[in-house]
Amino acid sequence: MSAVDIGMAGAVPRSYLGEEYTLASWLFTRDHKRIAILFFVSITVFFFIGGFAAALIRLQLLNPAGTLFQPEVYNRLFTMHGIVMVWFFLIPSIPATLGNFLLPLQIGARDLAFPRLNLFSWSLFTFSGLWAIYFIFIGGNDTGWTFYEPYSSNFANGHVIVAAVAVFINGFSTIATALNFVVSTHRLRAPGMTWFRLPLFVWAIYATSIVMLLATPVLAMTLALVAIERFWGVGIFNPVLGGDPILFQHMFWFYSHPAVYIMILPAMGVVSELVTCFARCPIFGYKGMCYALISIAIIGFFVWGHHMFTAGISLTSAVFFSLMSFIVAVPSAIKVFNWTATLHNSRISFDAPMLYALGFVGLFTIGGLTGLILATLSADIHLQDTYFVIAHFHFIMVGGTVSAYFGGLHYWWPKITGKRYPEMWARYAAILTFVGFNFTFLPQFILGYLGMPRRYYTYAPDLQTWNVLSSAGASILAVAYALPLIYLGWSLFHGKRAGPNPWGATGLEWRTSSPPPKQNFPRTPVVTELPYRYDPRDGSYTTQDGVHFAEPTLGEASV
Amino acid sequence: MAHVWLPFWPKNAALSASLIDLIDIGEFCLVLLILSFVFGMMLVFCLKYRRGSGAARHLPNPKSWHWEIGWTAATLVAFLVLFVIGAKAYLFLYKPPAHYQLELYVVGKQWMWKIQHPGGQREIDAVHIPVNRVIKVILASQDVIHSFYVPAFRLKHDVVPGQFETFWFEADRTGSYPLECSEFCGVEHAHMIGTVTVMSDSGYARWLADQGATESLAQQGFGLFRRYGCSGCHDPASTVHAPLLDGLFGSVVHLADGRSMVADERYIRDCILLPATQRVAGYPPVMPSFQGQLSEEDLVRILAYIKSLSARHSP
Repeated sequence: MSAVDIGMAGAVPRSYLGEEYTLASWLFTRDHKRIAILFFVSITVFFFIGGFAAALIRLQLLNPAGTLFQPEVYNRLFTMHGIVMVWFFLIPSIPATLGNFLLPLQIGARDLAFPRLNLFSWSLFTFSGLWAIYFIFIGGNDTGWTFYEPYSSNFANGHVIVAAVAVFINGFSTIATALNFVVSTHRLRAPGMTWFRLPLFVWAIYATSIVMLLATPVLAMTLALVAIERFWGVGIFNPVLGGDPILFQHMFWFYSHPAVYIMILPAMGVVSELVTCFARCPIFGYKGMCYALISIAIIGFFVWGHHMFTAGISLTSAVFFSLMSFIVAVPSAIKVFNWTATLHNSRISFDAPMLYALGFVGLFTIGGLTGLILATLSADIHLQDTYFVIAHFHFIMVGGTVSAYFGGLHYWWPKITGKRYPEMWARYAAILTFVGFNFTFLPQFILGYLGMPRRYYTYAPDLQTWNVLSSAGASILAVAYALPLIYLGWSLFHGKRAGPNPWGATGLEWRTSSPPPKQNFPRTPVVTELPYRYDPRDGSYTTQDGVHFAEPTLGEASV
Repeated sequence: MAHVWLPFWPKNAALSASLIDLIDIGEFCLVLLILSFVFGMMLVFCLKYRRGSGAARHLPNPKSWHWEIGWTAATLVAFLVLFVIGAKAYLFLYKPPAHYQLELYVVGKQWMWKIQHPGGQREIDAVHIPVNRVIKVILASQDVIHSFYVPAFRLKHDVVPGQFETFWFEADRTGSYPLECSEFCGVEHAHMIGTVTVMSDSGYARWLADQGATESLAQQGFGLFRRYGCSGCHDPASTVHAPLLDGLFGSVVHLADGRSMVADERYIRDCILLPATQRVAGYPPVMPSFQGQLSEEDLVRILAYIKSLSARHSP
């Protein structure tokens, strides 16, 4: 591929990585690509902190007597695991890293609309992250990530307010990033990039940002009210002061259920990109996929009560929330069917990103279908607050979101770093993730149906077999998650150089050099095509700015 | 029955368990069907359309909307059917019972279950009940939220401080079954467990007699009613203008702010602890709050006494 093809005359400009090398040039950068890297480094640290806590939890549960850790320690471990994984890894994961890096590139912009706000968002995130690390070092707390009242106001051990402050500040980082994405999508699209020519990843990030903007303030209010109650004794949630603990649950889940969609919608966007590229076939039902994303974002605001079916809410509201929970599953089902249908009449190569994407579809389907069981009111009376729920939401958040995150990371790694990763190792890691994940969490469905409640540090001896299986699976999963850290790190120094478009993909991000120059594009691209114009007959493709290419030879990727 | 031939099926000891299992087994079958369909299609396509295969591919045409509308409608209908089935069963299982044969008062506190029987018998972390009887359970918490969970009945209900929650069950098999707390409630949450013992009628009668209770719950409540000075105003002979409590429970009450409500457990609780929130029409606001003065167990005793005043008067 010549330089002319990618719209560059003359010498290749310096990449964003090679612009400057000082620490200050990173910490005070306004380049969305560098900020994405900053976020990537931050959340990777938290991913391994949260993962370490998960490993200790699974170690404790090897033995029904639960003698490894005292209950005080165990309760703090699962609280730390939840807080770190939800707010410091999953919610920023895809949006703040891949979204930050790719959204301007995919819409053909030079940067996000507010580069300083973007840097401010990362600074806030880091500040809240330091609070979180301080929180862990002073011993954490034992409220669980849900901070249920009145436990968290009067009865909890440890540092509830420190955790709340960390999460509170973190929320503003989320809001700033979301605002930036929404404005950029509206205002900075390249000429010809109409709404229905946007890649699905942009649609997904856009839908996610709307949810972030509307839901996150409610979390901030809730935590502020908890603090007001705790410091000034104003009765809001605590019944002793005349408050209502169920009100807390309404407010908390009004944020925290949409938060699940904040985690899964970007993953759906990533997987849509991967499936169509490696199937060399246009995505089935592009508009349906867009509408499905938006429907999930909207309906997702009306299902929060399904966390409270056994909490003593009125029967009428329980019926309403159950109905809405079934309805929100319809657009998710549409997406699964469309991904599957995309594979029909296709030309599939099983590179690591595709393996992660296929794994995502499988695990997300299991997570979604078990979600239907939990949305069924009668079943929920039995399964609420058991390991069945744990297994269900890990299938969505870990099997789904984390698989998609790793898939996206591999897919865009050549673009971000300019280097190829070792393909065989990556395939092993992708397969190991799928196997280890199922091994870990399928037994937990059974534990849940047998009646093992969540957050138990000790349990009945007859449940040990399933717990041992789950812990064994977790050790496989740990290897699968640690592997990429090693070989991706290795590839930074020893990986082969990647061309501008190693996968032969159609998006604008592949129409500039790898890694891209600071200004992204030498000149603003003009969009003339729908996304995903792949031809399954010969694997050829037409990029969004209207250039036709033959199928790429994938080099070691096709070995 | 499924627990007999499946190693991962819990014991079944109640009407509710059979009903919930039936719906769940149906759903599991449906889920497996959909899963095998999706996984099957993916597998077939992945094999048939792998890059190296010689399968015929045609020019990608804008694909039909028919498929999309078709499967959207099909999933919507299937989901609505599941919704209706689940909701009907839930309403049946979670609606407070109109008729019941026995009442049970459960107070949750960190980290134990305290059970009070109408006859005055008390137990901790153990529940003795007769088989084949509809049992109404009134739940209260002294501190944080707990959840009363009996896996063999497939039933749980959260126990929320500041209010009475009611639900019911009917055990249909004698034996001992685990009782668990399923809402995280602190350090020893995992030890807030107990046993539900389902007994035959005769066994249950023997057990009641062996407990050596001298006063019924209502009689204990009457003692408290006098000790806390309630009778000073609510007695028919009193000179203070306060509502009489005979026949109150279960009747419709008209409040000063225009609302009307049935005087159930929750109403009586709020009248005692938060009297300012629901003053009865036609009475001066002189009722003091007993917030912080009564333990949950004493509140249960007084409630039992007030309920007994209605039982005496109802035909």
